[in-house]
Amino acid sequence: MPVPVVDLSLLAPEIALAVLATAILILGLIVPKGSRFGLSWLAIVGLAGVLGITLAGWENQGTLYEGLFIVDQYAIFFKITFLVAAFLVALGSQRYIERIGDQSEYYSVLLFAALGMLVMASAGDFITLYLGLELMTIAFIILVCFNRTSARSLEAGIKYILLAGMSSAVLLYGLSLVYGLSGSVLIPEVAQAVARHPSPALILGMVMLVAGLGFKISAVPFHMWAPDIYEGAPTPITAFLAAGSKAASFAILLRIFVAALPGVWAYWTTLVAILAAVTIIVGNLVAIPQTNIKRLLAYSSIAQAGYILVGLVTAEATGVKAVMFYAFLYVFATVGAFTVASCFYSVTGSDEIKDYAGLSQRSPFMAAVMVVCMLSMAGIPPLAGFVGKFYLFATVVNDYLWLVFIGLVMSMVSVYYYLKVTLVMYRDEPVDNTPIKLSGPVAVTLLITMAATLLIGICPGPLSEAVNAAANTFFLH
Amino acid sequence: MQIPVVKLIDPVTMLSIGPAHYVILSAVLFCIGLFGVLAKRNAIMVLICIELMLNAVNINLVAFSKYVTPADFIGQIFAIFVITVAAAEVGLGLAIIIAIYRNKVSVNLDDFDLLKW
Repeated sequence: MPVPVVDLSLLAPEIALAVLATAILILGLIVPKGSRFGLSWLAIVGLAGVLGITLAGWENQGTLYEGLFIVDQYAIFFKITFLVAAFLVALGSQRYIERIGDQSEYYSVLLFAALGMLVMASAGDFITLYLGLELMTIAFIILVCFNRTSARSLEAGIKYILLAGMSSAVLLYGLSLVYGLSGSVLIPEVAQAVARHPSPALILGMVMLVAGLGFKISAVPFHMWAPDIYEGAPTPITAFLAAGSKAASFAILLRIFVAALPGVWAYWTTLVAILAAVTIIVGNLVAIPQTNIKRLLAYSSIAQAGYILVGLVTAEATGVKAVMFYAFLYVFATVGAFTVASCFYSVTGSDEIKDYAGLSQRSPFMAAVMVVCMLSMAGIPPLAGFVGKFYLFATVVNDYLWLVFIGLVMSMVSVYYYLKVTLVMYRDEPVDNTPIKLSGPVAVTLLITMAATLLIGICPGPLSEAVNAAANTFFLH
Repeated sequence: MQIPVVKLIDPVTMLSIGPAHYVILSAVLFCIGLFGVLAKRNAIMVLICIELMLNAVNINLVAFSKYVTPADFIGQIFAIFVITVAAAEVGLGLAIIIAIYRNKVSVNLDDFDLLKW
């Protein structure tokens, strides 16, 4: 029997990341406790290296293992998104993690979570999808309860593992039904089966699949876990959870449903439109009374998931492009806002919004980054979020005008609670007037997020072209 | 007037177990697990119920593998992956339960109320 030739260069980012994560885990056991700080630099430089490998492989596309693993520019674009998120989180969290636990364990598990996302972006069948999803989820559970001495962190961990376990069981049951009725686990073949004969049980399976992934993107009605876990988890992890895990789930949702769409068009579009509208409304309205910055950002990230869902309503080329564009810029806004929150917590030990009083005097840079990130999430021009929302809502303006209307009204509502934080930072007098000093890596992280948010907003052309190219490869299969 | 007797259970087909039996068993098991996850307050019981749901999936997968794609072993391989991942998940779950028990001396979900649900 001939041994199939595998082009390993397509797998280079995954292999490099797996080696890096394992190496850091092993080195963490060898290196004495005092000098493990260097391992965090190894992780950061390594992540930059993997990002370089992924960027270098932009033109290198193909399918591996008889369709199990798809490397197209769509997947590569999402991989770049995840790696940028992981890089920024790793860079911004050195000092924060130093105080609560072991550096090598943290960075190794963080890299494994990123690896799970990369696998998800390339998944061509349900087994690969499931493995990527669980690798990411299990790594995230460890990270959420990484602060073993904090009751809040542990509580967030146990809630996350029970709810994630339940959601993945529902997802798997859906997958098993879909497999049984279509006789295949390859996404294109399942899509053909759905298009040929959409039996009720097959639709049920697909709905359970959406429910499982809806949990990961924290779409209403599967959003209940998000605020608790976002509040309890260490803040850098919250940022990664909000940016990375959500983008990865959107990547796989798009891959499944754009392929399967012709068969379920009638059931699909209105359902997703309603889901998006409800998610936007609930996320934004519940964010208003929040007093904890992490809970506020958690509800705002639920609302952001609703905006991204708008791109899935039509699930054609323009929608795919809009989702990719928004997922990419959302990384910068989220990581920026959460890094400010984690920095503030490191100094003051508080996540309450009222303690942000006078931040503009204590650290003008931090306050500025927070404002830029929040206004980008609210969609104020000329920031990146405006362009992203424009692309998203442009896709549905012909068929679902009411959805555009809800989106606009709720964006205005979101400006209210974002500006409330801004007001506290700029208007109120600080109780404690000591300036907050930023460490070098954190300052670099904040600078990157702010610069990217401004740059994508002012000149979205290059990113938009890259997204166009990537989305077109997606429609070739 | 004679009422026609409908044979609900046909002894001949009942004797041979078919795919429908497996799917029904799996659906029942899944629902029991789901009920347990939602109703039980003990964290360990909830973990066990999640395992029930995952095993329902495994029954489905192996049954479909035999009846739908008997030529290849996709379903069986999938089931092995599910078992492996479930083991990792339960290991992690128990570790978290031990850590939280040290912290709170309780495994009752109602006691975990620092973060509002």
